[in-house]
Amino acid sequence: MSTATATHDEHHDHGPAKGLMRWVTTTNHKDIGTLYLLFALVMFFIGGAMAMVIRAELFQPGLQLVDPQFFNSMTTVHALVMIFGAVMPAFTGLANWLIPMMIGAPDMALPRMNNFSFWILPFAFSLLLSTFFMNGGGPAGGWTLYPPLSLQMGDGFPFLIFAIHLAGISSIMGSINIVVTILNMRAPGMTLMKMPLFVWTWLITAYLLIATMPVLAGAVTMLLTDKFAGTSFFSAAGGGDPVMFQHIFWFFGHPEVYILILPAFGIVSAIVPTFARKPLFGYSSMVYATASIAFLSFIVWAHHMFTVGMPVVGELFFMYATMMIAVPTGVKVFNWVSTMWKGSMTFETPMLFAVGFIIMFTIGGFSGLMLAIAPADFQYHDTYFVVAHFHYVLVTGAVYSIMAAAYYWLPKWTGNMYDEKLGKMHFWISTVSVNVLFFPQHFLGLAGMPRRIPDYSVQFTDWNVISSIGGFVFGASQLMFAYVVIKTIRGGEKATSQVWEGAHGLEWTLPSPPPYHSFTEAPEVK
Amino acid sequence: MTAAGHKRNGRSFARVAMVAVAMFGFGYLLVPLYDVFCEITGLNGKTGRIDEAAVVARYEPDVSRVITVQFVANNNVGMPWEFGPSVASLEVHPGQIYATSFTARNPTGHNMVAQAVPSVAPNKASRYFNKTECFCFNQQPLAAGESKDMPLRFIVDPKLPRDVRTLTLAYTIFDVTQQVAVN
Repeated sequence: MSTATATHDEHHDHGPAKGLMRWVTTTNHKDIGTLYLLFALVMFFIGGAMAMVIRAELFQPGLQLVDPQFFNSMTTVHALVMIFGAVMPAFTGLANWLIPMMIGAPDMALPRMNNFSFWILPFAFSLLLSTFFMNGGGPAGGWTLYPPLSLQMGDGFPFLIFAIHLAGISSIMGSINIVVTILNMRAPGMTLMKMPLFVWTWLITAYLLIATMPVLAGAVTMLLTDKFAGTSFFSAAGGGDPVMFQHIFWFFGHPEVYILILPAFGIVSAIVPTFARKPLFGYSSMVYATASIAFLSFIVWAHHMFTVGMPVVGELFFMYATMMIAVPTGVKVFNWVSTMWKGSMTFETPMLFAVGFIIMFTIGGFSGLMLAIAPADFQYHDTYFVVAHFHYVLVTGAVYSIMAAAYYWLPKWTGNMYDEKLGKMHFWISTVSVNVLFFPQHFLGLAGMPRRIPDYSVQFTDWNVISSIGGFVFGASQLMFAYVVIKTIRGGEKATSQVWEGAHGLEWTLPSPPPYHSFTEAPEVK
Repeated sequence: MTAAGHKRNGRSFARVAMVAVAMFGFGYLLVPLYDVFCEITGLNGKTGRIDEAAVVARYEPDVSRVITVQFVANNNVGMPWEFGPSVASLEVHPGQIYATSFTARNPTGHNMVAQAVPSVAPNKASRYFNKTECFCFNQQPLAAGESKDMPLRFIVDPKLPRDVRTLTLAYTIFDVTQQVAVN
């Protein structure tokens, strides 16, 4: 009797602590997931504000609002904040919230490290943003940090490098945690090939992160010692080579691109079957396609640098290898379409974002194929065509999937339904404006407008005006998203456990919101 | 979680963390790998340095071929020296040794040290362009206002691909005064 009471009590005093310290000291995967997601949302608006500065300056030719150095630091820090501060933490937040619930685990495998890997991030980005207030201003040499330009940064340079180190350490620790959780903490019966695709894509993404973030850390450390310790890794005068930086950087940078999109594939693979009310078409081919994309991502890096002066054999190798990625990606797109085929589809907000993702990510994929053609790339290189391409895959790709995920799982997390009408409005305003924003940039790029320049020739004015208007509307419509999220957290129609009629998976067997500790007893997996 | 579960997670953590540490090392390993790769393929336009006595014995001059070797001089950003080739180009036979020079003048009021970095275009020819003596083998100090004629001796390998008729040897000169002072 007394033993039974003891165990019983132990199960009850594990609720969240009270007050602010709960969030500082928490080791709970749901709390940490929430922290990551809120951090990503804040960073999304900081990076978005920088994009607004860029679009405002480009609203008309000539220099009017900001000086060129500041403009360049806007493009540079916008990219760093959006990649390392918004998209990656948002995916990590989703992983924290969802992976334990999806595989039937009580929590992440290494909860203390989980807390640490989140709390590094605010410090990393404070360091990065603090460079704006230093002598010489923020980094302005492009997010790729190519030397010798990046070495000409002012006093903020070491702060930039340490910020990248910290962000890297954070995501490596987060990834190790995810790998260990997925490999060790699955409920009995949850074999690898039964895992939801979101878990699969994150497992592969985590490996990509573990393999490439240290390489980036090495590259930026070399920059640091080149500047302060007299080494000459990238200084030709000392026997180094600046082009080598580009190789090392893109050895990290290209897998990074897939780090930013593979979890999105997982999200869409969860949402589309729910609202098509059919199981996912070709589950195992999805797993193999993800693994193939991850493998190929390591052998295509030099397509980012076709114009540095490579032998023809090199150009051909990287061109064909890059085009090969279209095959597994095509498998995925066709699987999603086949999942929808003859399904009983409804278009709630998550489904709208998922379908929007499939269509617009594919547009971005096609412009990627155009860029992969080495001879054509000599024209497109460093023009707005590239900007249009990667914003289609990152904004209407990665960011749309995160929005879809937020709408899809928000009722599960909060126990409240979001406002469907506002959600749909958010989707439609965003989708119209994002195309007004980025589609004309294809034309600008093909006509020869270079990226990362605060001024342009007058013939580019019209499309820039249109693009800027799209940008302002898209930026403003994201405030709506923040409003919907806050409103849902504060209250709303109560959600059922399953939330969506067609939703399947372990997380939907838990009540909404799920208890602070879920699956303390392993669930049965059929 | 059970103690066994903790231990298992600890072991998995150690294994995966080792991969991360190894990849940090791999980032640095890419530096020598890159150099070796460039040396083998001749990418990057890096040219060979060769001992004159050995070369004369090995190469048979091929007077049937005439190659134009052009000389180009560049200054790195902020490098104030006056720097240029004494002749713009030479007509050479593969397998024969030629001598020419570059001139440099330090117009500033202080002593400086420079390092010239060579590059040969087209890249595929760089493996066949060998220097037996070059001012780029060493750092070049010049006192304030001093000028200097800097010699260069080279030989083109007769195995140079047939379709290459013109070679460009470009030097970029870098100011290394501060690095020298530090070391």
